[in-house]
Amino acid sequence: MHLAYPAVLAALLFCTGLYGVLARRNAILVLMSVELMLNAVNLNLVAFDVWLRDALHAGQALTLFTIAVAAAEIGIGLAIVLMVHRNRGTSDVDRLRETAEHPHEDPDTDPHEDPDTAPHAHAGPHDEKAEAAA
Amino acid sequence: MAQTAQAAQAAQEHGFLSPTGVEIAFLLVGLVTLGAAVVTVTTRQLVHAALWLVVALGGLAVEYLLLTAEFIAWVQVLIYVGSVVVLLLFGLMLTKAPIGRSPDTDSANRPVALAVALAAAAALVWVVVDAFRTTWIDLDGAVQGSTEVTGSILFRHWVLPFEALSVLLLAALVGAIVLSRKKKEGER
Repeated sequence: MHLAYPAVLAALLFCTGLYGVLARRNAILVLMSVELMLNAVNLNLVAFDVWLRDALHAGQALTLFTIAVAAAEIGIGLAIVLMVHRNRGTSDVDRLRETAEHPHEDPDTDPHEDPDTAPHAHAGPHDEKAEAAA
Repeated sequence: MAQTAQAAQAAQEHGFLSPTGVEIAFLLVGLVTLGAAVVTVTTRQLVHAALWLVVALGGLAVEYLLLTAEFIAWVQVLIYVGSVVVLLLFGLMLTKAPIGRSPDTDSANRPVALAVALAAAAALVWVVVDAFRTTWIDLDGAVQGSTEVTGSILFRHWVLPFEALSVLLLAALVGAIVLSRKKKEGER
């Protein structure tokens, strides 16, 4: 078999996953696209291992390790997505903008000038940290 | 060196216009896999995306079989098709994903994403085809990825990474449980 077939298929699958990661809004769909990218890498590893006939079979061993790491990644990723969904009520990645600074925010609620509203403004992030530490 | 020359000669003999049976099978399964992957990242129904992902991952398992990596093919079916997709479906259900079409599955930077993906695809395919046009995989001979071979090399040469990986999986398990545990009232 020509090596070009699996290599081209892997490249195209990787780019499909890349499109999904950049274009999707739901965090779980982003995780699915990451899985596609990881699988493209696995196909490359297997194809090159079979081509090179490596005595250590490094490609196939690394493929198994990648599959295990991907399983761990999906478990942790879904736990994080579920936690974010419980705290914020949404799992859309482009609506989770609390960590970004808002330079054009309402000037009245500036925490440096108004200490009374400052604790309220920071209540959400503090809850988040307590949850992560618990 | 002689083997490389022999492989190059074999590639010369096997042109792209006279594909072998394995290549035809690989091409057809690859088209199905790629189509399923494209539907996965473009469909507007969230649950359908997960189900199309099953088709894509199963197609990849068949590709591993065609590349004589049997063990990895079955691991792929067990772990990806069996557990990862089930986890994803559970995640979709638990985050109250809407059943049916949802209008806002794609974010506003979709054209940019499409441009980036197409540019990356063009560059990668061009480079890969240019580099491996004459490379030939010899699939005849001893099987490269049978369970016996894989188990032997895994427990002879890759024992330490294997054990480290089991520790990583345990840590991920504990982390996932801690993260998804419901907090009791008043507990910090």
